[in-house]
Amino acid sequence: MSGVSYLEMLKLAIPETILVIAALAVLAVDLGIMRAEARQYRMILSALISCVGCAAAIFWMFTTEQHANFLNGSGMLVVDPLTQLVQQALLVLTVFTVLISIETNFTDHVGEYFALLLLATVGMMFLVSSENVLMIFVSLELTSLSLYILTAFNKQNVQSAEAALKYFLFGGMAAAFTLFGLSLLYGLTGEINLIQLAAKLKGTALDPLLVVAIVMTVIGFGFKIAAVPFHLWAPDAYQGAPTPSAAFIASGSKVASFFILAKVMMLGFTGAEGSGNWRHYESGWVPVLAILAAGSMLLGNLVAIVQSSVKRLLAYSAIAHAGYMLLGVMVHGEQGFASLLYYAATYGLTTIGAFGVVSVVQEKAGGDSLSDFAGLSRRAPLISFCMMIFMLSLAGIPPLAGFFGKFYLFTAAIGTDPKNLGLLWLVAFAIAMSAVSLYYYLQVLKQIYVVDAPSNAPAIRTPLSSKVALGLLALGVLVLGAAPNLVLERLLAAIKSVGY
Amino acid sequence: MLAWTIYISFLGVLVLMLLPKGNASAARWVALLTAVAGFLIALAGIVAQLQKPLELRAQIETVTHIAWIPSLGIELHLAADGISLTLVLLTGIAAVVGILFSWNIEHRAKEFFAFYLALIGGVYGVFLSFDLFLLFVFYELAIIPKYFLIAIWGSTRKEYGAMKLALYSFVGSAMVLIGIVAAFVVAGSKTMSLLELAKYPFPEHFQYWAFPLVFVGFAILAGLWPFHTWAPTGHVAAPTAASMLLAGVVMKLGAYGCLRVAMTLFPLGLVAWRNEVALLAVIGIVYGAMVALVQKDFKFVIGYSSVSHMGFVLLGLVTLNEIGLSGAVLQMFSHGIIAGLLFAVVGRMVYDRTHTRELSALEGMNLAKAMPFAAMTFVVASVASMGLPGFSGFVAELQVLIGAWQAFPTFAVLAGVGILVGVAYTLRVLQKAFFGEPANPLTPSLSPSKGERVADRPGEGQHEREPISIPERIGAVILIATSLVIGLYPRLLLDLIVPSFSSPLFEGLRKGGLF
Repeated sequence: MSGVSYLEMLKLAIPETILVIAALAVLAVDLGIMRAEARQYRMILSALISCVGCAAAIFWMFTTEQHANFLNGSGMLVVDPLTQLVQQALLVLTVFTVLISIETNFTDHVGEYFALLLLATVGMMFLVSSENVLMIFVSLELTSLSLYILTAFNKQNVQSAEAALKYFLFGGMAAAFTLFGLSLLYGLTGEINLIQLAAKLKGTALDPLLVVAIVMTVIGFGFKIAAVPFHLWAPDAYQGAPTPSAAFIASGSKVASFFILAKVMMLGFTGAEGSGNWRHYESGWVPVLAILAAGSMLLGNLVAIVQSSVKRLLAYSAIAHAGYMLLGVMVHGEQGFASLLYYAATYGLTTIGAFGVVSVVQEKAGGDSLSDFAGLSRRAPLISFCMMIFMLSLAGIPPLAGFFGKFYLFTAAIGTDPKNLGLLWLVAFAIAMSAVSLYYYLQVLKQIYVVDAPSNAPAIRTPLSSKVALGLLALGVLVLGAAPNLVLERLLAAIKSVGY
Repeated sequence: MLAWTIYISFLGVLVLMLLPKGNASAARWVALLTAVAGFLIALAGIVAQLQKPLELRAQIETVTHIAWIPSLGIELHLAADGISLTLVLLTGIAAVVGILFSWNIEHRAKEFFAFYLALIGGVYGVFLSFDLFLLFVFYELAIIPKYFLIAIWGSTRKEYGAMKLALYSFVGSAMVLIGIVAAFVVAGSKTMSLLELAKYPFPEHFQYWAFPLVFVGFAILAGLWPFHTWAPTGHVAAPTAASMLLAGVVMKLGAYGCLRVAMTLFPLGLVAWRNEVALLAVIGIVYGAMVALVQKDFKFVIGYSSVSHMGFVLLGLVTLNEIGLSGAVLQMFSHGIIAGLLFAVVGRMVYDRTHTRELSALEGMNLAKAMPFAAMTFVVASVASMGLPGFSGFVAELQVLIGAWQAFPTFAVLAGVGILVGVAYTLRVLQKAFFGEPANPLTPSLSPSKGERVADRPGEGQHEREPISIPERIGAVILIATSLVIGLYPRLLLDLIVPSFSSPLFEGLRKGGLF
């Protein structure tokens, strides 16, 4: 390992470094100077520093596009246009999470909250830029630990602690599974770099140990992305966690987890894909994911129907969306990867928006049950309209981003094998399930637009920061849906330049 | 130019959203002006087309054609042929008249008209799209406003009706989506252009399952039996203008999709399934009419009659001869006008003033004397609906029947039975609702008896005496006149419709020797 240029490494990791500095700055400022000030000002200042940090990181990546694989291709730190694009998406999601956090009052530990948010983002960014099982595990843990604490952050609320405990226990299990799967891989091949690992695996038959490794890895990531049957933590964690934390778990961590899941599957298990096509079944990881996907879509959508808490409803809908996104992983190709990333990123934006609205309602109306949304359109027209856009996008109504995401994902899934129509059976199932999903999304909109507010309902004054954030998110969902090319072209170019 | 029908509708939505709160009258006028502008543009399009010599009318006139999502070959391709133009004109008329009949809406008027115009914009979009992706976008865009229009401003079991309608539509469009995504991939994932895909020879086994999937998916919205049950419930729950649009225009979206997408893309599938489709259509005609015969609610009668009339459209489509096909398109137009008129009378003129739609309750009111204008309008509308010569319905149904006679004689006879039952239920409802004498002399009558003014009678609210307003009169006259003009001089539309069937779009059908 001689000749390691630490300077080069630092250069490659500048965006992450910027964020770490921002996190430290938030801590220092909040605990040092601002300690005695009113919480409102501390919130604003900390949020400002966090946003500046994220913006600086994005700006840095924009100006210096890099293509490097640190340490002679060990995959420890891979920087290329694709990872940079995904990192930018993560940073944007972080910024919006910060914006919807400003006017909440679930905590007095302002500095710690924002610092943890930034550290979780750093974890995700490292996760995105690693092709090495060791590094993947380490960054996964950095992300997860930050998210566990963020879930528990509301100390006045018992539910928050319970949610965090559940999330932590399940997450710990998941980590164990992942580690086991990855160590089996190491045992099989003696490699920790995904690409070299795949090269060693190539040509060997699907031996039982590899099957166990695949299954263990899938289980581990299945927990992270909340796919059925590893979803049990999600509804409780989403409901109990402070709303902005839930938004972050549902958006940022989803994008990063899906990206790395796709990468591990596509790079690490090449040759062991198998096939999930109708009547052309072959064992491998694709059929395993197909089962998870079908289960997630079915359970997520059906259980969401009976929820009375909007946060739980969003949690089950997130499980369903994980099912749709798994389709993109299964396609394992350029189109599939592009459609997966487009879907994950736009889904992240939409979800933050939806949680943002829930957060406002929860702060002002005191709850997140469906009836708390009654007559919202008369009390807060702007955020109601935003919520309409988010819900319809989640349901997949054009011309919103959710629709194009689904469309692109589905064409990619069928297009794997046009002659036999690829995964058409699963796509047909997904489309049928999204017809079901319209029902519960409309239930939320029905409360907002159709039902009248109770006469004693408190007035809702939407804070400016939320208004701006939600307005921008709604606009983004609309623009990305109507002109998906804006992102798609960059995404395809980035994927092509990396070569999948 | 025609593309502006779409843009201007959404522009209207935008203006409405920016209007200050609570100004119902401004909202009304904005909506009306937008709708009138849309109508005028449509009219200008028709006039321009009519000035062309007949042989040139087969061409599909492109309005807008720019790349949208190049990596998938999706384009913003708006274009029109005679069929599109006919339906765009229908939309224009229905939009204007619908607003005239919702002139009295005060409750959240701004939002009402915003949803209304969004729906109209979506409908225009579907009729003008020649890119499948774009067509689907507009198609879905029309579902959501319908839900809100019914759920917020509707009556009887409005939330149930609205949800049922939204879910049926969405299930239908999900089926369509599966079909078109599969077609897109099979054809090489390079283009979504309807014209290009219509040229592509899809394998027969693929067409065999894709055709019914897409056709039925669209036909759900057209009210195909047995998937029609959303229609009567939805119509009854909807506010007047929305049920006018629903029956008048939205159901046509379904039939239009069947013709434009399912039939042109999968001609071999059509051959394989046409008898089954014709059977369902005929069952719809007869069943709808029979059920309409026994309804107790005035609006349900009209709701089921829509199912029956839409059966003619679907039957006409699968006759696959020129006369049947053009009859189907003409019937789409004609039913749009007549159903609009019927719903206007029932929903706005009668229900808003008597607060009941129970035929037995209306029977005692002797509405013919109390509301002569409404009664007169309804007489004309029912005459048109029964298909008497001189009105558009006659020409349309006659053509469909002739076409059906050539294709499937047995079904034609059955459809004829449907017409007879249609006469029966129309006369029954006409008699009961307007000319029924009070069975019990003690039942208060709305018409003043000798020596008594209505105002003297206790318990009669203001609304009963609210006269038929000017906007309503104008609206009714527009619809009646349209039906008459087309009925007396059907060539006006047929000259647009018939040449369209020789366009390259129908190449596949013609090649198969289907017509």
